[in-house]
Amino acid sequence: MTQATVITDDMRAAIGRESDPVTYEVDNTGCRQFARAVGYTDPVFYDETYASTRGYRGILAPPGFLGHPITIPSQQPRAPGGFGLDIPFKRVLNGGTDVEYFDDVCAGDTLTATTKLADLSEREGRMGPMLILNTETTYKNQAGQTVAIARGTAIRY
Amino acid sequence: MAQIYFDDVKAGQDITTLVQNCNSQRLVFWAAGSGDYYQIHYDKDFAQGTGLPERIVHGALKHALLGRMLHEWIGEQGRVQRVACSYRGMDMIDKDVICKGVVTGTKSENGQNLVDLEIWTEDPSGQKTTPGTATVALPSRS
Repeated sequence: MTQATVITDDMRAAIGRESDPVTYEVDNTGCRQFARAVGYTDPVFYDETYASTRGYRGILAPPGFLGHPITIPSQQPRAPGGFGLDIPFKRVLNGGTDVEYFDDVCAGDTLTATTKLADLSEREGRMGPMLILNTETTYKNQAGQTVAIARGTAIRY
Repeated sequence: MAQIYFDDVKAGQDITTLVQNCNSQRLVFWAAGSGDYYQIHYDKDFAQGTGLPERIVHGALKHALLGRMLHEWIGEQGRVQRVACSYRGMDMIDKDVICKGVVTGTKSENGQNLVDLEIWTEDPSGQKTTPGTATVALPSRS
């Protein structure tokens, strides 16, 4: 059976390709703002002195917070998840998030993240054909330790 | 917040439910906190222009709420190690997002006491919109 595919050879060749590194800053205000957005009341996410009494070297980054990328308008980063692919769909859905931690992330950390396209697949959805991009982003801290791996699913349709 | 210990956790056990209403202020907090400024989450006209009935809750906010449920269950000495979920259904603005979890197994690995869980969010009608899995580390009594 022959089926139309939107996955071109160019797209297939991009699987496994790594992005340029992106620097993420984890700072006090970023941790607090994220924690407030999620509704946390635990002072470990707000108060530096309290966090140190709990054995953390700074305010703890709430689960899911891996800092903010440094944004410089004249240096536009590559569109996340795009990988320079010529994708024939305009719309994007976030399919899922999976964050695995290997060590604590605290305010004061600078993380360097590289993202690779882990897999590409396609499916017929309720709204027509869909292209599913699985990405894997590895975050290393200033000491070069891998502190987290985030796996994402982007759905283009 | 009482400390929970690895020794006291069994497969099949429910963890403490977290309920968070997601009104427009919550979604704007989240836009700022996460850096996701996509307008379908706070601009009603924009959201409806893309064919949605209303503004929708960010998927990543639901992921973070599941993380908060785990953080609040494991106590001061616990660690959240992994939080994974899929965004299967949309949650509409102004509704409660109900986070739940159940222990699926326990294991000791590399000197750590790990608990695996099935986690999910439900909308107010009981529909599971965000199923997932998680792993946390807990202290032991001994």
